[in-house]
Order: sequence, then C-alpha cells, then structure tokens
Amino acid sequence: MTNTLSFRRRAVNNVMLSLTAVFTVLVVGSLFVILGYLAYNGWHFLNWDFFTKLPTPVGEPGGGMANAIVGSAKMLLVATMIGVPFGFLGGVYLSEFGGEHGLFPFLVRYTTDLLNGVPSIVIGIFAWTVLVRPRHHYSAWAGGIALGIMMVPIALRSTEEFLQGVPNSMREGAMALGASKAWTIFTVVIPAAMKGIISGMMLDLARVAGETAPLLFTALSSRYWSKGWDEPTASLPVMIFNYAVSPYDDWHQQAWAAGFVLLALVLLVNIIARGVLSRATYK
Amino acid sequence: MNEVDGTAVRMVQDPTQTIPAEATKPEMKVQLRTEGVNFYYGKYQALHGIDLDVYRHKITALIGPSGCGKSTFLRTLNRICETISHTRVEGKILLDGEDVMELDVTSLRRRVGMVFQRPNPFPKSIFDNVAYGARINGLHRQKRIRDIVEESLVRAALFEEVKDKLQQSALALSGGQQQRLCIARALAVNPEVLLLDEPCSALDPIATAKIEELLFVLKDTCTMVMVTHNMQQAARTAEYTGFFLLGRLIEFDKTDTIFRNPSKKETEDYITGRFG
Repeated sequence: MTNTLSFRRRAVNNVMLSLTAVFTVLVVGSLFVILGYLAYNGWHFLNWDFFTKLPTPVGEPGGGMANAIVGSAKMLLVATMIGVPFGFLGGVYLSEFGGEHGLFPFLVRYTTDLLNGVPSIVIGIFAWTVLVRPRHHYSAWAGGIALGIMMVPIALRSTEEFLQGVPNSMREGAMALGASKAWTIFTVVIPAAMKGIISGMMLDLARVAGETAPLLFTALSSRYWSKGWDEPTASLPVMIFNYAVSPYDDWHQQAWAAGFVLLALVLLVNIIARGVLSRATYK
Repeated sequence: MNEVDGTAVRMVQDPTQTIPAEATKPEMKVQLRTEGVNFYYGKYQALHGIDLDVYRHKITALIGPSGCGKSTFLRTLNRICETISHTRVEGKILLDGEDVMELDVTSLRRRVGMVFQRPNPFPKSIFDNVAYGARINGLHRQKRIRDIVEESLVRAALFEEVKDKLQQSALALSGGQQQRLCIARALAVNPEVLLLDEPCSALDPIATAKIEELLFVLKDTCTMVMVTHNMQQAARTAEYTGFFLLGRLIEFDKTDTIFRNPSKKETEDYITGRFG
C-alpha cells in the first residue's frame, strides 16, 4: 500500500520535472538560436563603414548606416527628455504624496498601466495625428516624442516602486529631526532610491530603442544626414525594417548588421543598468 | 505667549482641571505635560486620557506589555504620529507650557528629538548622517558643521570609534554603533527633549550597556522619555516610570515606588511577572 503510493508519487514527480525541464530548454534554446543567428550574421556583415558611411544608392555596394545611428541617438535623447521628467515626478507623486487609496492616485496608476498596454503602433498614429499631420512633414521631434510617451508608464511605475522600497524608518528619521516632507523626500528618500531609479530608466530607454512602429509615421526614415531636428530622420529599427523587406541581398546583409548593433547596444545598457542596480542601497 | 490667559481659557472649558499657572512656566521642573491625550487609529482608540508630567533633565521610562500604547504615546509627543494617515490626537500636549499643536511642526521636532527602535541611519556617510540635522537648521559653514558633528559624536560616545572613517557609509557600522550614530544625529539638532522608542531592543547586552551609560551622561543637557520592554533597564536608568496597560496610564511615580511599592494591583502583577 505505502509502496504503491510512493511509486505513484515518484512517477508523477519525474514526469512533471521532465516536462518543466523540456519546456525550459525549448524556450531558452529558441532564444539562444535567435540571438546566435543574429550575432553570427550581423557580425559577419559588420564593418567599419557601417558606422561611418551613409547608405549607398540601390545597386552600389558598400555604405553604412551612420545617419541612422545618429538619428536613433537624437530621438532617444528627445524621448529621455520627456520620459524621464514625467516618469520621475509622477512616480514621486504616487509614492510619496498620492497614498494607497485615493481616487486620483488610483486613476493615475490605472491609466499608466493602460498606456503601457497600448500597442506601439497606436502611439505612432497618435503622434502622427498631433505632430505630423498638422505640420505636413515628418521630423525627429515627432519620433522622439512618440518614444518619450512610450517611456512614461514604465519610468513612472519603476520610480514609484523603488521609492516604495525605501524603508519608512528613513522618512521618520528625517522628519523626527525637523525636516519638512519635501526636504525629507529630496535629501533622504530619493538619494536612497537613486541607483534603482536610474537603472529603471536605462532599461526603459533600452526597451524603446528597439521600437519601430511609433517611428514609421513620425520620423519616417531618410537615406541622408538630416539637417537639424525637423526633417525626416533615419533610425536603426526603421532601417532594419526597410532593408529587411527589400528584395536586395546586400540590403539584407546590412539589416543583419544593424540588428546586431541594436542588440549589442541594448545588451550593453542592460549590463550597465544591472551593474548599477546590484550596488543599489535599497532594491 | 500669555500663559495666564491660556490657563484661564482652559479652566473655563473644563472647570475640573485646575493647574496652577506657574506650573506651565519654563523654569518649573515640568518640561512636558500631557492632559487627557486620546489617540485614534481610524475608529480604534489606542490611548485613553493620558495625563503625564515629564520632569526636566530626568529620564522617564514608559513600561507595559506589547500593544499597550506606550510607543503610540511617545509618537504623539513630537507629532511624528501625524505621518500616518487616518489618525487623530485629542487633548493637550504642553512643551514648556506651549501647546505643541500650535507650534510649527518642524520647529517642534527640532526641540523634541527622537531615537527609534531599529537603528535607522540614512544611506549616507557617517559625517553626513550627523550633519543632516545641522544642515536642516540652516547651517552652511563647513567649519561650524564639522564642529557640531564632532561634538555630537563625542556626546554620543562614538567619536573615538569612527573618527578615522567619517566619510565611510554609516550602514557599515555595527548595530550598536548605528544606534549611537542615530543618537548623535538627534543630538546635533540640540534638542531639549529626547524621545527614545525601545532604543536597545535590537542590540546585544554590551551595546545596551553603552547606550545606558550614555543616557546617564546626557541627562545633564537633555530631558529623556524612554519606552522600554526591559524592566531592569527602566529600574537602572529612569527616575520616573509610567506603567501603561490597554491604552491607559495605570500608574506614574518615582521609579523606586513603581518597582518596590506600586499602589495599583495591575502594576504589581506586571512587575512581578504575573502577566505581560
């Protein structure tokens, strides 16, 4: 009796364990295949020209994506200038002033989570409607603003979470010394959570760096250096999209290289952010 | 500040209360007086009509079983209880005769410092922890801040141990050192009253002995109110002791009297370990 029971238990245990192992290997394996394939092809077609030269006309070999690298950097800068202040201050409000229960904080949290779930192409259409159509031309501004809007929800919630991670005893300690609430927040609470907040922002930036859809109808793309911020501007994700769907073999190769560069950048930001986070005071 | 008027108004409101006007003057021995303090967490009443006098430059211990309201009472004295929402205080708390509810809350807290149960140093350097209060007080001159930091660390009997590593993180100190750092941080603001909420409960006996020694020295400059679970500690350090039970102050007297000859049966039961 006891023997059969324990046999059944062992059998079920082994089957379940094998199932979880098989599925884990499938998931991780396919991830590594994708990354490996991208790295292999991308590395293969990557050369110095990629970073320094403009795209060549169709049929002419060589060339690079220097304009797309600079364009991506410009748009990410604009996105940071929008996503970081809105996300940071909103997060400070939710964590330190809003409280757990009120109606307004609830609405803010709810709409932020909702905004986070809005498909990126819808954000792109929104930016097009507000920023591109009335002015009748595409621009790096519009692309950067679209990416900035995408950054806000995660920047806000991650700031809130890291501030919430600061023990209440810190706030009480400062206020018991006669610090006002605002002074406490800016001299004790935010510094204590700063590393976490920064790494959250970096991961957020890395995430929007690979977004294509919001840029398709805002920054469009370009095969030349764009003068200033108010013209159609190339970006790495849109270049990858355009090159990958083209019928030319050498464009495919450049798309691989661009994908690899984008992946490497995101990976680099991730590593730096996690390094910052691992030394954070309060996670 | 017109003390006499304040008293007169109070007597009109509540004729059963008769406090001699001179008792509210600063030169009297009573530094902190509470009258009929009630405290509510939402609808739950945690304190029932606490009347207690804290004498200048003495240590007053508050003892009682867990959840009896002694920490809550302590937290009303510097109004740090207000940081929790849905709470309410009734009654009067007088610091040198001034109603603390009418004082600016930040200046009240500079006069009434607090040390918490768990050491809570800020994640900053040792120096910056102690300098924090001085900087709040509007001091910017580096020399003056350095002097205050050193003086406070000396007063908290920590200076010798940390003088070579003032720029290191306060989080690297031991628990006992952290607690003395928190005391130094509170002293840097030069408070008249220091509230101590079970300051030794997270510490080992040696660190506890050091803190008790320190409290003894601090009496010269500071009035102290200490919540403690440790009755020996109350007996060793405090001149006056109050016994709390279920949100009421059952008995308040000289420590000797409370421990040797309590007048209430509940006090005696608690002291002799029959419950709690």
